[in-house]
Amino acid sequence: MTMTDQVGPDLKTTDIEGAIDALKDMFPGVVSDDTREGYSGVMVDADKLVEVATAARDQLGFDYLSSATAVDYGQPDPDNPIDDPVIDGSMEMVYHAYRTSGGGALAFKTKTDRDKAEIPSLIGVWPGADFQEREAYDLFGIHFAGHPNLKRILLWDGFQGHPMRKDWKEAYYEQETKPFDSRWPGGHVHRAEEKNAYGKNVRYPADFDLSKLNDTSEDQLYAGMGLGVDIETLSGEPHMKTDRLVVNLGPHHPSTHGVFRMIATIEGETVNTLEPVMGYLHRNHEKIGERNTYLHNMPFTDRLDYISSMGNNFGYAMAIEQLLANGKRYNPPTYRAEVIRVLMAELTRIVNHFWSIGFLLNDLGAFFTPALYAISEREKILDFFEAAAGSRMMCNYMRFGGVAYDVPERIRSVASLVNDQVRDFDTMEYLTELINERLPRAIDELDRYLTDSEIVRSRTIGVGYLPPEAAIAYSTAGPLLRASGVPYDVRRADPYSIYPELDFDICTRDNGDIYDRYVIRLDEMRESIRILKQVLPRLEKTKGEDFFAGSKQHTPRVPIGEAYGRVENPKGELGFYVISAGDKKGTQNPWRYHVRAPSFINLTPLGLMSTGTKVADVVAILGSIDIVLGETDR
Amino acid sequence: MDGMGIGILKGLGVTFKHFVNTFVDDAKYAGKKYFNQDIFEERQGLSAAGAYTVQYPEEKIAVPERFRFVPFLVVNDYDAEDKPGEDWCTSCGICAKVCPPQCIWIVRGEDPNTGRPVPQPEAFYIDIDICMNCGYCAEFCPFDAIKMDHDYELASYDRTGHHIYDKQKLSKEYRYWYSISPTRAVDEAVERGGWEHKDVIKDKKKAAKQAGKEWNPDFSVYPGDLRGTQAAEAEAPVAVVEEVAPEPEIDENRIERIRASRQQALARRRQRDG
Repeated sequence: MTMTDQVGPDLKTTDIEGAIDALKDMFPGVVSDDTREGYSGVMVDADKLVEVATAARDQLGFDYLSSATAVDYGQPDPDNPIDDPVIDGSMEMVYHAYRTSGGGALAFKTKTDRDKAEIPSLIGVWPGADFQEREAYDLFGIHFAGHPNLKRILLWDGFQGHPMRKDWKEAYYEQETKPFDSRWPGGHVHRAEEKNAYGKNVRYPADFDLSKLNDTSEDQLYAGMGLGVDIETLSGEPHMKTDRLVVNLGPHHPSTHGVFRMIATIEGETVNTLEPVMGYLHRNHEKIGERNTYLHNMPFTDRLDYISSMGNNFGYAMAIEQLLANGKRYNPPTYRAEVIRVLMAELTRIVNHFWSIGFLLNDLGAFFTPALYAISEREKILDFFEAAAGSRMMCNYMRFGGVAYDVPERIRSVASLVNDQVRDFDTMEYLTELINERLPRAIDELDRYLTDSEIVRSRTIGVGYLPPEAAIAYSTAGPLLRASGVPYDVRRADPYSIYPELDFDICTRDNGDIYDRYVIRLDEMRESIRILKQVLPRLEKTKGEDFFAGSKQHTPRVPIGEAYGRVENPKGELGFYVISAGDKKGTQNPWRYHVRAPSFINLTPLGLMSTGTKVADVVAILGSIDIVLGETDR
Repeated sequence: MDGMGIGILKGLGVTFKHFVNTFVDDAKYAGKKYFNQDIFEERQGLSAAGAYTVQYPEEKIAVPERFRFVPFLVVNDYDAEDKPGEDWCTSCGICAKVCPPQCIWIVRGEDPNTGRPVPQPEAFYIDIDICMNCGYCAEFCPFDAIKMDHDYELASYDRTGHHIYDKQKLSKEYRYWYSISPTRAVDEAVERGGWEHKDVIKDKKKAAKQAGKEWNPDFSVYPGDLRGTQAAEAEAPVAVVEEVAPEPEIDENRIERIRASRQQALARRRQRDG
């Protein structure tokens, strides 16, 4: 307390440099500048990490932990050493904390030894670090002292090794980085499964013993749920003969929107504890990303949140553009490119919220009629995406410095496999009609259809409450955060692209329940329409201008350094943390490529929200968070 | 409850409107809603109201010019004046490098006598199971030699034997590219400075300069359209045409045939199930 009085309240509003200086004053010798080339933020000694984080939160006002991730600076190949002092054989945790009042990131890092990696857990400071630390433990093998539930989260418990470490090689390992030498000039064609060590079908090696397979995931999981406790002693009711019942929802269950599992202990119909189990769709997107060249990753980002691929492209392009901006030959995206990007991002938001509302109603038991009504207008938006980018969902539309192609003058289909000349619209007319007439009409219809419905209201109002303090502490983002009354939106808090010149409001709702999360999506769609109405004249005005800056390179060399690019995706804050290291002249492949996935982190408070609700409500709560498993499991 | 059921009734009104609209829409087309080209265009546009079903595979949603599916290799038209059927690919390897899932294998051609690389691929493979249809190969090819196809019906009964496409299966005439994406084909031709391959244009420009003539191609009409297609078929190497460049199937009775085969299948199943 006395500390707070001494430093005064202005520390909570000071800029990032001021905040860093204050931290260095408070912790001399513990906090130091990160002096590596292209890096920013501070280095913190591991043994004082919790104190520094607490000070950053309480005294400097960085109450929102956006991203926590690990980086392995290990040597990939001892025979082929890399001349780069950054790669010093250590491991590091990188934290990006923000203020919910807006502004840039306080990035702080903690180094640890690679062989005996241990870092204190920040779960006590920001509970939102929970899943992210478990992910770092799972993929990097860093132990977090003080984490109450430190176990694997994406992989199964018997998995050998920690795959994001640089010395871990995956199945069918061919070469450290793409492009592979075997493809050209002497292309040896082969199918991946022909290289399968276990033959055409699975055949186990001679010394393999299935009974020795050590998978304790389930045991650990149930132990973590507090099972084995006698319910009679717990309730103090000697006559009550009841067991604590374990219910597994999923992984194959229509309510879970994919392969996702919730394990709940229930008493009667009431949920006591609930834990999400994920990773069934895990493909180690980040490891693939580190093998890829920078450009290769763009279509892979489509597959994260596949409902809103344009937004994913946007975030990734911005992260790499930040890195490129340190180099000299880079040109920032042109104005037209920014206009097109915002057009696509906002249309994507509408697409996503239609989906999300439609499926929330599915989860409430209104099987598919609301969902189909909601997504019928989405088709018209996807038609435009297809005409502009070539694909309805896997758009792969943005590039570093602009977009791949200009918006077409006409949305035209030509002689296809059967149909001949079946579509030909002027793009501007199409968009004008869509944005001014059809989409508002569809949103209003959805509003009329659902908002006042007594069934929807009685199922959703007051259910799944998330208080604003918890929403911030648990690092939730997007509609989930704003429905709890926290007006935090990256488009305004840390503006990017042409959002500062656009007139729109950040929607909030105060009750933090499922109903508000539904209504806020309607609000946000209306705000998106408002933005789109301002974007259209800009699109018309910039017609014919460059949509791409500079010349396109198929394997750009990216200057060394780090970057954290984030956008307000429909599901929440989507961040890409990218490190370019290993080659002074710039690299072709990222050293580290991390996705701060809103679908993943928004699940952290699921257990909190579900406790005390009915089983059927859990499904609705999950639906109101709006996850896509492609992004959750990565 | 707050609204005494008014909210539900309001919602049901929306459902009822949808229900009615579907029939109104049917009535508007007076039984000609399906299998009707003109109405199909209207139904795919912004004036569409009510629900509708695309009767796949009899009907297909038209795909726009930029639609991208598994790539194909551009070759000269089989009725071209010089070098019919020659690859545009120079085996530079950019597509193989820029391919995110690395599904392209190219064997660079070599001169058997000198051992030096020649600008022709000896072999070209794409594993279409791995291809993620991102379109980078077409986007970054400096010779417009690889393009994304519109043909998405690639199902086959045996993926091991059929899903690694070789050069023969991948090659398609330039005319085909012009037919699926005319706007872009013209734009690219203007950028290249002619309808031909970049290298051919360079040679022709040089020849024109020596002859004192001006190189001034006409972009308003594709020269392949001027050549008679029937004459072309006679000139072209017949076997290759059949294998390599399947013309879009024109079958008047296709719908009838598909229906008949469906009926047969149903009959078989009924028989089997007793």
